[in-house]
Amino acid sequence: MNAPAPGLPGSGLPASRLPASRRSAAAAIRAGTGARIGLVAVALIASALFPLVFTNQLVLSMAFFTLIYIAAAVAWNLFSGYCGYISLGHAVFFGSGAYAAGIAARDLQITGTAEFALLPLAGAVAALIAIPFGLIALRVRRHTFVVITIAIFFIFQLMAFDLKTTGGTAGLYAPFLVWGPVVFNQRFYYMALLLAAATVLIGWLVRRSRFGLQLRAIRDDEDRAASLGVRAMPVKLTAFVISATLTGLAGGLWFFFVGQVVPDSGFNPIFDLTVALMAFLGGLATVAGPLLGALIIEPAQQDLTSQFSNGYLSQILLGALFLAVVLFLPRGLIPTVGGQIQVWLARREPHLPAAGSGSNEPAADQQAQASGAVAEGTSL
Amino acid sequence: MATELIRAVINGILGGGVYALMAVGLTLIFGVLDIINIAQGVMVVLGAYLSYALSVHLHIDLFVGLLITIPAMFLIGVTVQWAFIRPLRGSERTSMSLLASYAVAIVIEGFLYLAFGPNFVTLNASYVTQSVHLLGFYLPDIEIYGFAMAVALVAALYAILYRTRFGQSVRATMQDRTAAILVGIDVNRVSALTYGIGVAVTAAGGMIFGASGGGFNPNSGYDLISRLLALIILAGLGSIGGALVASVFMLTVESIVDIWQPTWSVAVFYAALVIVLMVKPTGLFGRQAVRAQ
Repeated sequence: MNAPAPGLPGSGLPASRLPASRRSAAAAIRAGTGARIGLVAVALIASALFPLVFTNQLVLSMAFFTLIYIAAAVAWNLFSGYCGYISLGHAVFFGSGAYAAGIAARDLQITGTAEFALLPLAGAVAALIAIPFGLIALRVRRHTFVVITIAIFFIFQLMAFDLKTTGGTAGLYAPFLVWGPVVFNQRFYYMALLLAAATVLIGWLVRRSRFGLQLRAIRDDEDRAASLGVRAMPVKLTAFVISATLTGLAGGLWFFFVGQVVPDSGFNPIFDLTVALMAFLGGLATVAGPLLGALIIEPAQQDLTSQFSNGYLSQILLGALFLAVVLFLPRGLIPTVGGQIQVWLARREPHLPAAGSGSNEPAADQQAQASGAVAEGTSL
Repeated sequence: MATELIRAVINGILGGGVYALMAVGLTLIFGVLDIINIAQGVMVVLGAYLSYALSVHLHIDLFVGLLITIPAMFLIGVTVQWAFIRPLRGSERTSMSLLASYAVAIVIEGFLYLAFGPNFVTLNASYVTQSVHLLGFYLPDIEIYGFAMAVALVAALYAILYRTRFGQSVRATMQDRTAAILVGIDVNRVSALTYGIGVAVTAAGGMIFGASGGGFNPNSGYDLISRLLALIILAGLGSIGGALVASVFMLTVESIVDIWQPTWSVAVFYAALVIVLMVKPTGLFGRQAVRAQ
């Protein structure tokens, strides 16, 4: 991580006490913040009006799945992106949320809209699973961590297949909702929007908090972070549990919408890969990256699946897209594009009022500041 | 009871030999390239399908077909390494390589679906259905041949690693990549060849896997890779001898558990993995500290 350039929001230095050159940089950043707030407002209004404009039911259900994936990808990034432990087992939480809601609805004989009271349970069960899962898996790092998450994922998929209470290959059915198709899709859309917005908000709050800084310190160098007083295990575990809870909620809501969960759909290895791909495509450890990734990938995938009768071609395309991202956009869209824009701006205005002498050095300083601003600017 | 137990142990050892072959390839790739090749599972399945295509369409015997499929898988491995693994650089290399090999697995799986469909197939030959009567047990011929070949190939790998100059470079690269470069080893070449060899053995492993199991389809790779990963982590990443021991041991344990609990025998793999790592995070034979970042 680059050190934040002085005068940036949150650095604690009032812009007026900075040299002139830095003040102008700070003003640029502040303008950027304003633009960002505007962008968020526009996005929120647009997404709130979306179901009123697009009344096609297929489009609405696609939008619902996209929102679920936004929540899942942002939640995944909140743990794996921020602290660098790549989890390929988040489907455990997605599936557990769905199954918890399904089992409770069946055993408590819950019908109709009362099912939504089970959503907190879906989140809570995912969180409860995440604690022992995390305590075991977070003891090891890198490859081994990834493999452990895969192994635990397969244990859960096996349990969904073979336990009596999960209904085996037939799976579980959600309570029937007596809503018309239009109302059904609209209401689920807004619930998913609420979940996605809340997840993004939590992701943003964590990113700018001390906790988020600790997570990123762990990602950069866990041993050094620990020696500087970061209590690595509790920090990692907290992020893991928060991420799991949000993923479990997404799983519960997805289950109510789809109406049925089977082991292969609840505990789906492609889910693990897809959320990771979304985060990587948008930009790991950024707030908006996974959101952008989900917005690109999920509609594309839904569209491909509806166009080709067999899903294999879309599977090949997903894999090919993944390879393209890994090879050509290893930093993700937002950091790459953000970096390009900053470089372009810095080239266009090479003579910002420089503090002190007229030597060439301040220009280099500007460049460095610009790149510092890139690093910080990409945080949203 | 006792006969069932002995039978389970024999099955475990025979199956373990084949798994050892595939696991050694995986752990070798890890040791040299510092990546986990998630695609190994689907490459085994690809190897099995290559044998299947040769035997069904060209009527080539399964073992003779290996003369074609092993070089073919070697070339596929070298190509994949060249195209998708070699370009990865930087601090995110670990996670990127995992994702890249996972993506390769998805693409190969998709192509296998397109070419062969989702139905389960099995490899057929006279020795697949025949069995020998030995010490009161019926042992399928294919498992005995397969075990013999796996032992031979593992021995050949050992010979290459410990008796040739190339093997010396491979071991040097595994120990310390930077130092290997400094003494003049072409680590790029070593990496490409190692990846190729690690993938090439899946052709043999896949043929036996496809002939001795209850059939396979393009999706079989996931189950396989999760077992292989469990094995090499259990053994300690990069430990070749450990992979051999762990494969035979775990397959034996699995087939013993299978006597009482057929549905849960697979879970033994993962449960053993979780327990071992809680006690010894480096794995059973791991010299390399996997905890070190």
